[in-house]
Amino acid sequence: MMIPTSEAPAGAAEQLQNIGEATGVFNLTWLMIALPLFGALVLLCGGKRTDSWGHILGCLTVLGSFLIGAIQFLTLLGKDADERAYNQHLYDWLDSGNLQLGVGFQVDQLSICFVLLITFVGFLIHLYSVEYMAHDLRRRRFFGYLNLFISAMLLLVLADSYLLLFVGWEGVGLASYLLIGFWQHVPDYATAAKKAFVMNRVGDIGLLVAMFFMFDQFGSLAFDEVFEAVPGASDGWVTAIGLMLLLGAVGKSAQFPLQAWLLDAMAGPTPVSALIHAATMVTAGVYLIVRSAPIYNLSDTAQLVVAIVGAITLVIGALIGTAKDDIKKALAASTMSQIGYMVLAAGLGPAGYAFAIFHLLTHGFFKAGLFLSAGSVMHGMHDDTDMRRYGALRAAMPITYACFGLGFLAIIGIPPFAGFWSKDKIIEAAFNDNIALGLCALIGAGITAFYMSRVMIMTFFSDKRWDSGVHPHESPKLMTLPLIVLAGGAVLGGGLLINDGIVTWLEPVVGHEEAHHRMPVWALTALTLFVIVVGVAAALKMYQFSPVARTQPQGGVLVHAARHDLYQDTVNEAVLMRPGQWATRFLVWLDHRGLDNLVNGLAALLGGTAGRLRRVQAGFVRSYALTMFGGAALTVLAVLVVRL
Amino acid sequence: MIRLAASETLIPAPNIEYYELSPILIVFGVGVLAVLVEAFLPRAHRLHAQLALCLTGLVAAFVVVCTLTDEAQENARAVPQKVAAEGAVAIDGMTLFLQGTILLLGVVAVLLLAERRLGGEFAASAATVPGSAAEKETTRLGWVQTEIYPLLMFSIGGMLIFPAANDLLLMFVALEVLSLPLYLLCGLARRRRLLSQEAALKYFLLGAFSSAFFLYGIALLYGYAGSVRLSDINAAVSGSEDNDALLLIGMALLAVGLLFKVGAVPFHAWTPDVYQGAPTPVTAFMAAATKVAAFGALLRVFYVGLGGAKWDWHPMFWGVAMVTMLFGSLVALVQTDVKRMLAYSSIAHAGFILVGLVATNAEGLSATMFYLLAYGFSTIAAFAIISLVRDGSGEATHLSQWAGLGRRSPVVAGMFALLLLAFAGIPLTSGFTAKFAVFSASASAGGTPLIVVGVLSSTVAAFFYIRVIVLMFFSAPVTDGPRVAVPSLTTALAVWIGVAVTVFLGVLPQPVLDLADNASFLIS
Repeated sequence: MMIPTSEAPAGAAEQLQNIGEATGVFNLTWLMIALPLFGALVLLCGGKRTDSWGHILGCLTVLGSFLIGAIQFLTLLGKDADERAYNQHLYDWLDSGNLQLGVGFQVDQLSICFVLLITFVGFLIHLYSVEYMAHDLRRRRFFGYLNLFISAMLLLVLADSYLLLFVGWEGVGLASYLLIGFWQHVPDYATAAKKAFVMNRVGDIGLLVAMFFMFDQFGSLAFDEVFEAVPGASDGWVTAIGLMLLLGAVGKSAQFPLQAWLLDAMAGPTPVSALIHAATMVTAGVYLIVRSAPIYNLSDTAQLVVAIVGAITLVIGALIGTAKDDIKKALAASTMSQIGYMVLAAGLGPAGYAFAIFHLLTHGFFKAGLFLSAGSVMHGMHDDTDMRRYGALRAAMPITYACFGLGFLAIIGIPPFAGFWSKDKIIEAAFNDNIALGLCALIGAGITAFYMSRVMIMTFFSDKRWDSGVHPHESPKLMTLPLIVLAGGAVLGGGLLINDGIVTWLEPVVGHEEAHHRMPVWALTALTLFVIVVGVAAALKMYQFSPVARTQPQGGVLVHAARHDLYQDTVNEAVLMRPGQWATRFLVWLDHRGLDNLVNGLAALLGGTAGRLRRVQAGFVRSYALTMFGGAALTVLAVLVVRL
Repeated sequence: MIRLAASETLIPAPNIEYYELSPILIVFGVGVLAVLVEAFLPRAHRLHAQLALCLTGLVAAFVVVCTLTDEAQENARAVPQKVAAEGAVAIDGMTLFLQGTILLLGVVAVLLLAERRLGGEFAASAATVPGSAAEKETTRLGWVQTEIYPLLMFSIGGMLIFPAANDLLLMFVALEVLSLPLYLLCGLARRRRLLSQEAALKYFLLGAFSSAFFLYGIALLYGYAGSVRLSDINAAVSGSEDNDALLLIGMALLAVGLLFKVGAVPFHAWTPDVYQGAPTPVTAFMAAATKVAAFGALLRVFYVGLGGAKWDWHPMFWGVAMVTMLFGSLVALVQTDVKRMLAYSSIAHAGFILVGLVATNAEGLSATMFYLLAYGFSTIAAFAIISLVRDGSGEATHLSQWAGLGRRSPVVAGMFALLLLAFAGIPLTSGFTAKFAVFSASASAGGTPLIVVGVLSSTVAAFFYIRVIVLMFFSAPVTDGPRVAVPSLTTALAVWIGVAVTVFLGVLPQPVLDLADNASFLIS
């Protein structure tokens, strides 16, 4: 492997932590990925034979991965802080010239958080899907795709190099595509899947280019080697790499300006929305940025861009959320906004990384819970997603109501629920860093409180607006059980912050720095709570104390804009799609008129020349002999001329 | 009785290294025996006797060549090196490599000549006038012109000497020995005999013309160096500067004679007509083996004898190589006859081989030898396949008749496609390895412009090769088109050998490349 040629300037780099060779349970890292992959293979290749037991296998493989992850986590807990990173080298993958790359997995404080989130929430959602998809003829295939997703997502977070990470990155993209379009017989759903895939691809190119830059500059793509070599690179390159990585993250995490696909992705079955488009896959961008901390730490520009993107998205997402009547889309907008918080935190540097991950984990729990609750509501409402036809469901489905409610309290940030702790920390860090970013985060919190209260009220309070013939009922136990567990996470998630637990835990990987406070912490918390209360009050006034129309009212210009996702699709269409189509048409024209003519012309020229040359071949020996004689004369001449 | 009393003391008995020369002697011996077979064996037994005799002789000669190579290596020398027959024959790495190649190609050619099931490629009796009653009678009686075997053996014998000749006079004799039987063989086609005889006559006339150039060149060089021995000419070239004109014109004329044999532009004119008119097995043999021998002679003359005057002949060869590659590739574009197309393709290939020759280093020598081996086997198999595609009047060589052949006979068409890909130089065929070797040798010797022209010509050439593949596999078959005849075992064997070598040298070329590397050694 390549040794960086330039020494890092003293003090410029974070002290990278030592990574030990995998031993004991850490040797089973590969199995975590292999188990769900095996499940996917069996389910997707096994055909109808596996119909009867396929879903059970699907759940068990994820449970197996979770158990391995849990044991690894407990083992890590028992070790010293500087002995919590392990690398398992599987085999040499590429050995070509300067590029030498092994397949290896890295278990450390950061990746184990993700492993636990993915496998635990993933397992719960698998359980939930058993019942939710019970009447779908293709349930086995659904579980196959889910297992494929889990496997790819684990590969993404456990990879020890950018290249292997990219394999997982593409794998989750594929699984996401397959699952969004799971009901592909509905043309709109198929289109949504395609849209998600194409927009993700734009981001993937960013990640690829970042890898090209890294290979060019550092000669390696392995995390440890890249991070070791980064301080030796010029600022321009570091910034370029950071921005390209950000492009990748923006695509995967539905951040501005590539956020438009996420709302359409709600076409997939609700468990998919919960697992992929709320809890795990869409947070991969945050993982990428946090994992690349040693790169971002060296480029203020890249960090600032990351923070700005996060701030823009959190406001945009929140605004869109206020106008959506589709419960899943409202939640999706909220996901976008919450990931905006995480990206904002990640853009704040060492002061924010830990809080980004903290919010990611708590969000993973409460948002998955919210989505699954929404699924449970839909289950009881004949798959209707329009909140204007809900209302007063709390009595009909009490467990769902309770779980959704706890998730709701967590997301808007009411103490002592999980979201309060995590979001408050981000707002605080943002204020410490930059007043504008802080204000964005604060306003976002207010809007979040408003739109989530709106969802809550329109669904479970206000008055009945059900369609005739709809008889809401509570979902079966297998569906409510995961809800209850996830709600527990929403309540208790804040406990991770006790004694700065998560901050200390992640410090060896991402570093930490105590920020100087711009204003007293208690004042900021009070301010935040005040904004939240205002938001909730506004929602109460508009939706609880005034009647909700069963059909969508006209609304003003702003409402219109929010309903249309702030015209992001229109912008994309005008700025990218149309010019793209024009460019295609122009190229086709150019190909027909220009290149084809050129090629045909060349062929005609060659053919014509050949035809003329051919006439020399007259068939007469005398002309052949003459040719030879002339040739001989030329040959002699050529030899003589050289001497001159 | 006349006694020359003093002669015993004046002329010492020459010292002949029979063992080193035995491959040549075996082949000539078998040729003489074959004539005796013609004279004394009844007509019915001749064919089998000839076949057994020739194959045995060629294989025996090949075994001796292998043993010679082996022994040299046992003596801790990478290559054998011996000047035999009083300095007239050089037995060195190149000689043995090319002799081995020619002998193997000879074996394949004999297998092709032995084809009987398709009604034979050769006239029942060449002496009869085309279209006469005698011709019909001999055909009806089922006669076979078995003289082709001794003719072939003599030709092969000449080819064995040609690249080994260390003496210009011997080289000239070898040239005539290899050419004269070929002229005859070209005129022996069973069908379209007039065309065949015309081709033979053209070949003979032009061959004689080129021999004259060759001989005149020898005379001038003798005038310059006072000797026809290559080593003496070399010494004269590096030793003196005087009387340059003799050297320059002599080497140019020598080049004309040899370039005629390899079919390089502008001495190529005979190639298409002769390739088309000659019986296809003879065309196959000519295209493959004559090239090997003639390039061997070219290499020896210009590397050994005229190596010191490299800067005088180098530019001329550059020009010839470029023009040959371009002309062959271009004119092949508009051919409508498969045999003619392959003839122009062989001209283009002569150009590619010349690229290796003008590299004038050991790498170029080994690349040239490898190319000759690879091209020889591919081309002999390609012509063999052409002889299988027949309709009622014999071979169907017009391209339009080949449309859709791949649908009717996928195996044969697939093999032909593979050979065409080899000619085009597509990877995993011997053609790619050979072209790559030649071009890389040229690159190391500063021949970038040559490579550019070579690659451009290859691109043009790829068009007409692939056009045939498209025609065979993607066109609707023509009604009452030709069919692929089921050949006798010998022809099938020849085709399979050629295809196998083509694939082998594309997939696992290293052993043979190493062999050529070890053999890239010339003694003077």
